[in-house]
Amino acid sequence: MLIGVENVTKRFGALTVVDDLSFHLGEGEALGVLGPNGAGKTTVFNLITGALTPDSGKVHFAGEDVTAASPHQRCHRGIGRTHQIPHPFEQMSVFENLLVGGAFGKTSGTEHAAYDRCGEVLERTGLLAKANAPAGSLTLLERKRLELARALATNPRALLLDEIAGGLTDHECHSLVETIQAINASGVSIIWIEHVVHALLKTVSRLVVINFGKLLTEGEPEEVMADPRVREVYMGIPAQ
Amino acid sequence: MTDAAMHPEKRFRVAAMTKFSRYGLIVMAVIVLALAFGPLWLDRSNMRLMVELCYMLALAQMWNLLAGYGGLVSVGQQAFVGLGGYFFFVIAAFLGVPPLLAIPLAGLVAAVFAIPTAAVVFRLKGAYFAIGTWVAAEVYMLVFAQIGALGGGSGMSLPIDVVRAIADSRDMREAVTYWTALGLAVGSVALVYGLLRSKYGLALAAIRDSEPAAASLGVDVARAKYIVYVIAAFVTGLAGALIFLAKLRISPDAAFSVMDWTAYVIFIVVIGGVGRIEGPILGTIVFFILRGLLADLGSFYLIILGLIAVGVMLLAPRGLWGLAVERFGIELFPVQRRLDMRKDN
Repeated sequence: MLIGVENVTKRFGALTVVDDLSFHLGEGEALGVLGPNGAGKTTVFNLITGALTPDSGKVHFAGEDVTAASPHQRCHRGIGRTHQIPHPFEQMSVFENLLVGGAFGKTSGTEHAAYDRCGEVLERTGLLAKANAPAGSLTLLERKRLELARALATNPRALLLDEIAGGLTDHECHSLVETIQAINASGVSIIWIEHVVHALLKTVSRLVVINFGKLLTEGEPEEVMADPRVREVYMGIPAQ
Repeated sequence: MTDAAMHPEKRFRVAAMTKFSRYGLIVMAVIVLALAFGPLWLDRSNMRLMVELCYMLALAQMWNLLAGYGGLVSVGQQAFVGLGGYFFFVIAAFLGVPPLLAIPLAGLVAAVFAIPTAAVVFRLKGAYFAIGTWVAAEVYMLVFAQIGALGGGSGMSLPIDVVRAIADSRDMREAVTYWTALGLAVGSVALVYGLLRSKYGLALAAIRDSEPAAASLGVDVARAKYIVYVIAAFVTGLAGALIFLAKLRISPDAAFSVMDWTAYVIFIVVIGGVGRIEGPILGTIVFFILRGLLADLGSFYLIILGLIAVGVMLLAPRGLWGLAVERFGIELFPVQRRLDMRKDN
């Protein structure tokens, strides 16, 4: 087990966003997370990466309790993430955006040591032609790719993807799926929150469905998608 | 044989210099060299003006480092000017340390005071942080006003034997002050440039643009801010020591003046360009030109400065240097790492 979320609860005031939630990510696994808007999916990511700390429950990573660790410490241990709303370093170039992750991430070292790795990540994510462009000048789709590239530059063991396929054309979506499959095949474990279900089903081997901050069901993708409760809460198809 | 063929494992090369910046650095080196001989060709009043320009530039570089890169908008940097100034007097006049050695020691004391100050003000965010730094500076001022040995609220002059210890003649003393000020200005620019060109410069630029993203990529944001705060306090303390070495007299009101050591400095950085190393340089020059032109206007001077600041913020939010970069793409101190792609197939 690489990531373990154990009985985690998070409240914002009176609102319980994540409610006694438990699930895990196996080493090398690709896990998909489904759930309607407001189900608490992004909050779960924030709890795993340390942007938020839970009110109760534990988060484990690679056998260690990281519940109290800060985001940069969790990044050093090997948790990489993309943000649903891209946060590029706008005044820096695309290449420099990656260098931050390359020089300070899990494989931190000298800046020079990160040059080749960051260049290669740019190649893999199709951003090489934009390497020296200011990140602020990128289109939305390029910004989403930059989120992915920057997270990869940290050399993560687990990669958390938050809705990176939304708004892509079929062709772009197809190439993104191939990229993510290749990342997974190279040994990086993945948790992917995505509303573009067909892209998700091509990539993940297991699904977790969250509703109102609680685990609705989990299991094999076909099984989960056939579950009447999932069809009801997620697609609005009545169970009867 | 090309470099790429000799080192096939290194596929990507990174350059930071541009053609313009190479010439720019040469021009600046010539200017600094000419200024180093200033005591030979500048008259007394122009030398004093240059001293002032140099320490304002150092203060502006530090405020830009704090606010432009660390996201720490402080309105309390006068705390470290005052601490540097007062501890310079204490170390030179009461401990008998040679004045030129007392300056770096005073800077170190200011940096040490930054540690407990940070412990308090770093609990506050945004506007509360700004007000907190100001309050901290006022507290330091009130404390120094209570110390009888330092002249209390009316302050003290630098004892004559300390003044003589700087240099025997008045001309030589003013030349020494001038060189120290020039060294401080050049040193502060070099320090910020070196920092930005290093790996930690990447972290600071990342923090400037997005703190949550920087943290999720492994940057220890809180530690970076803390280090920047202490470095800024050190150099600001050095400037404070130099300011009151040049003035030969210190008082709590002058040492901890929010107007002189923070408001004007913010004006300089804002009109020059926040978050760029050239901004404070251009801003300092513009500020001294404006001050020279508007010197006879009394309080209208401040009104005009305020209007200019508002105008620049509305029309060129990245300052005059930011405008120059947008229009002409020029940079004197390039920090961008440009990726050169090698064709190996």
